[in-house]
Amino acid sequence: MKRVYVNEKWCLGCHLCEYNCAFANSGLTSMAKLKGKEIYPRIRVEGDDKITFAISCRHCEDPICIKSCISGALSKTPDGMVEIDKSRCVGCLTCVLVCPYGAVIQDGDGVVQKCELCLKNSSGAPACVAGCPNNAIVYEER
Amino acid sequence: MAKKYVIIGNGTAAVGCIEGIRANDKDGSITVISAENHPAYCRPLISYYLEGKAVPERMSYRSDDFYDRNDVKVIYGESAEKIDTENKTVVLGNGEKVAYDSVCVAAGSRPLVPPFEGLDTVPVKFPFMTLDDAQNLESAISEDKDVFIVGAGLIGLKCAEGLYGRVKSITVCDLADRVMPSILDAETAEMMKKCLEKNGLKLMLSDTATKFDGNVAYMKSGVEVKFDVLVLAVGVRANISLVKDAGGDCGRGITVDNHMATSLPDIYAAGDCTESMDYSSGNVKVMAIMPNAYMQGHCAGENMAGKDATFDNGIPMNAIGFFGLHVMSAGTPDGELYEEKSDDHIKKLFTKDDRLVGFILAGDTTRAGIYTNLIRNGISLSSVDFDTIKTAPNIFSFGQEYCRNSLGGVV
Repeated sequence: MKRVYVNEKWCLGCHLCEYNCAFANSGLTSMAKLKGKEIYPRIRVEGDDKITFAISCRHCEDPICIKSCISGALSKTPDGMVEIDKSRCVGCLTCVLVCPYGAVIQDGDGVVQKCELCLKNSSGAPACVAGCPNNAIVYEER
Repeated sequence: MAKKYVIIGNGTAAVGCIEGIRANDKDGSITVISAENHPAYCRPLISYYLEGKAVPERMSYRSDDFYDRNDVKVIYGESAEKIDTENKTVVLGNGEKVAYDSVCVAAGSRPLVPPFEGLDTVPVKFPFMTLDDAQNLESAISEDKDVFIVGAGLIGLKCAEGLYGRVKSITVCDLADRVMPSILDAETAEMMKKCLEKNGLKLMLSDTATKFDGNVAYMKSGVEVKFDVLVLAVGVRANISLVKDAGGDCGRGITVDNHMATSLPDIYAAGDCTESMDYSSGNVKVMAIMPNAYMQGHCAGENMAGKDATFDNGIPMNAIGFFGLHVMSAGTPDGELYEEKSDDHIKKLFTKDDRLVGFILAGDTTRAGIYTNLIRNGISLSSVDFDTIKTAPNIFSFGQEYCRNSLGGVV
């Protein structure tokens, strides 16, 4: 299964992936409309002044978030992507309590969200990858 | 010869057990004995059901075809009365005998009902443990009813939250001096108490009912509480009798090792009915939480099917939220304390012997799983930049090698 990987050697720490992620999942017609709004990106840049990289859901082989979900909202697709059915999520945050990568995030509506590889939004493929100005983020099989 | 597997109980641990068996054995027969007349459902959702955030049709823990797809026979509405270890059969309430090669006891727990004087005179009273309890409670409430809940632990307070806005008043009492005494420390409990009271809940702490007479509770403090509906949420007890009566080791829960084996041959146990080692403290305890139930069940299932699986890093951990205030706790509050405090945020991290062993977070719980991971995997704090992690949980401070291993490939 293809996943999102980041090469810290090329990551500029520009945070553009966070905006591309928030925009791809916003349903808005223009990224400019994000201005002034609080964004809840599913990918986050970490690091110091020398090394930076972005982190999103690893789509673990054996995901503890799914084992811990109290509502059955988290599950694996046949391909292996960890997906969330927001209509079943009650916002208990047990997945936030257990994700070792801190990659499950509360959204503005009280439920949780996570990277679903942009396969469920209009982008169709990871927007963080498409918009990375230095090709530091890739979407590939490893 | 195809093996005969029997699972007693039909909750989260049972589902884990089925998936653990089927990952290794497609041919053996699996029989589930389900006292409740429902397919496995998400038990913690019963309060969300009262709140209107969950409906029974969408509370199933697995898809509708789960049992068929896994070739599982479910016997609904019957409970197991006895495990006959000599003849290797499980004897049901109706006398039927189900033969096993390997059995998993995933019998859960039951509400503890102290012998309150006059409890039998209370006309409308419920425990709050099952979907049926929640549905019965719902049919008894309306906007003109006063509800009295005995027990300010997780079950009592979740019930209160579910009823919020649907009844005239909610009063919750507890003998302890704070809410959720088993999960929260005094300060965090105080923050939660203020939040609950701000939302109109009446709390009577350090106080409990000594006697009931019809619709009146006589409290230890001398106060009388009038109510229409009583909910008993004093606590739960692990269902250990099947294993205990068969001669197996039990404490407060059924004793299991880190393979989920009981002291009896071919008998495994998983979930709320067990007690096992808390990895964060080294103490044996009942850790009745859903993630552990699934992981224990899965481990038991794999071993029943002949694998050598272990589950040895269970810890107590809870994520709870009331009226928008989220609180998380994990591990053991013991050792050296790092804390941050403000009006709407508490963070307490407990470290001991170069390990994080416990935490309590209230308010901001962002990326708490990074702390949980440190506890569950016993990561040495000197191998990471803990000074940075303790103020803001992050992966970068785990160092380059950890980042490369965990982010550069499939995990």
